Amino acid sequence: MSTLKIATPNSGRKLFSTRFATISVWLITIIWTVPTFGLFASSFRNKQDIFLTGWWHVFTSPHLTLSNYHAVLFGSSSATLSDGVLPYLMNSIVITIPAVVFPVVIATMAAYSLAWVKFKGSDALFFFIFALQVVPIQMSLVPLLQLFTGGAHIGSFTIIPKLGIAGHFAGIWLPHTMFALPLAIYLLHNFIASLPRDLMEAAYVDGANHFKVFRQIVVPLSIPGIAAFAIFQFLWVWNDLLVALTFASGTEEVAPINVKLASLVGQWGSGWETLTAGAFVTIAIPLVVFFSLQRYFVRGLLAGSVK
Amino acid sequence: MNSFLSTNLPKFGQIAIALFSFFAILMVIFYIAGRANGRKQRPIAILVFLGPAIILLLAGLIVPAVQTILFSFKDANSVKFVGFLNYSWLIHDPDIHKVLFNTLLWIIITPFSTTALGLFLAIMLDRMKRESIAKSLLFMPMAISFVGASVIWKFVYDFAVPNKPQTGLLSAIVRAFGFKPSNWILTQPLNTFLLMIIFIWVQTGFGMVILSAAIKGVPADIVEASALDGASGWRLFQWITFPMVRSTAIVVFATMLVTSLKLFDIVRTMTGGNFGTSVIANEMYSEVFVRFDQGRGSALAVILFVFVTPILVFNIRNLRRERSIA
Repeated sequence: MSTLKIATPNSGRKLFSTRFATISVWLITIIWTVPTFGLFASSFRNKQDIFLTGWWHVFTSPHLTLSNYHAVLFGSSSATLSDGVLPYLMNSIVITIPAVVFPVVIATMAAYSLAWVKFKGSDALFFFIFALQVVPIQMSLVPLLQLFTGGAHIGSFTIIPKLGIAGHFAGIWLPHTMFALPLAIYLLHNFIASLPRDLMEAAYVDGANHFKVFRQIVVPLSIPGIAAFAIFQFLWVWNDLLVALTFASGTEEVAPINVKLASLVGQWGSGWETLTAGAFVTIAIPLVVFFSLQRYFVRGLLAGSVK
Repeated sequence: MNSFLSTNLPKFGQIAIALFSFFAILMVIFYIAGRANGRKQRPIAILVFLGPAIILLLAGLIVPAVQTILFSFKDANSVKFVGFLNYSWLIHDPDIHKVLFNTLLWIIITPFSTTALGLFLAIMLDRMKRESIAKSLLFMPMAISFVGASVIWKFVYDFAVPNKPQTGLLSAIVRAFGFKPSNWILTQPLNTFLLMIIFIWVQTGFGMVILSAAIKGVPADIVEASALDGASGWRLFQWITFPMVRSTAIVVFATMLVTSLKLFDIVRTMTGGNFGTSVIANEMYSEVFVRFDQGRGSALAVILFVFVTPILVFNIRNLRRERSIA
């Protein structure tokens, strides 16, 4: 095999000439990166510069300043940003952590049951849950909001009392958990179903019950799959606008930074310079997570799509 | 700073309480359910493991979906049944035709572009030097929220009156080539295509990563054998590589189809659906939360549902087939 490789130095895999491939890939990569770089460069320019000249002038006349970041983080005189975005950044963190943990745990449990504690109709149930991905989130917003504020009733009989969690963190955690489940169960099922059968059966024979097997075998062995989905869910919740817009009022108490950023986009013109820094603060955390854990994220996507 | 701490520390207290009680309840249930033995053990395990997911799915997706279908046959406040009035509005109103037409454009153009460009990049990247750097940069937009992306792209599509210096990249480029820039986001129907470019920018990385993995999965000896037989370049792609990654390409295409059908954020943050750029998901949001017409909004949701379902049935059938082989 090694001699073959030497004889034909990676020839077979090469579909097109190396030079054409390299040039076209780097050209597209540059085109893909320029818009983000433009925002990054703009965030270090002062108000006048941003208004009067394009960001590419940083190369010819660099007047860089951190004042935009200072205004965004610690507040400025403008009414829209009196306290800065830090409280919203905190809200994003407070929303995201439980909104990742809850669906991961609940979906891992469900996936284990669907994969290893089979019952009549469990396969059909799995496909049904997978199919629930067709339900557009927009379809659920109003009924869920009604459930949170009014409860559920049949006639005068109350099935679920009014939860009164709209506008609280719990009112955002819960919808995110619900909406994440179809994909989460599907991805984790693929992963958990492929655990070695011998190992599971040996544990059952030894007298371990399902709860013990779940805690001591399934969870530890599924960590790569769980990590992959957790990163996916983290990015989804952090970047979400629709759910936050519906279930969190735009207030400093609960609204995440993405909602704040969207409202700043609405007030376009009054604060270009703070918008640039605000946008970069918003995308910085997912970018850090993405670049440091990219391998797991890609693995998760692959499990979902290629499998 | 002190007031900052005093308002924000309790928030983290909420996380701690939520996570602690969640795991405490789980431990207690596991402990109690684990004590059951004999024939009861299995059904109890199924109940404990599946129960929470089923309840949440019922309350969060299944019941709301049924309710939405009912709402679509009711009036704006969901009080009176109005028959097919909301659906006949969909058929007869010219404004909504524009919305449906835009959605059609989206689902024709973007899934094909993202899949084709993703496949092109995946092939070109294969065994290239410094592949991972290019891959990371191409994939990066996936991590950026659509709101963030819309800020980024406003700096590309920005327009200033002709005599002023252009701060938007597109305007500046157009001017450098000696043409007159126009107010891009207001120009119909060009603006819809400009929004599609943002979608392609965000999603191509997804197609590329998935297809790149599929290409690496093509057995090297097959490719090498056909290369020895004289196949190369386009012919090798046409007869060997593409047939082997076709099923993956179809999955990517179907995923993009669903994503573009449900598209909301880009339109919402770039134009709010104005200037003739609205699509179904955005119009649905506007009907319900801006014009407070629950009936029409629900009818649009049902239309979306009807469009998406066949794609998913197709995906499920693929999935089933693969499982029966495996």
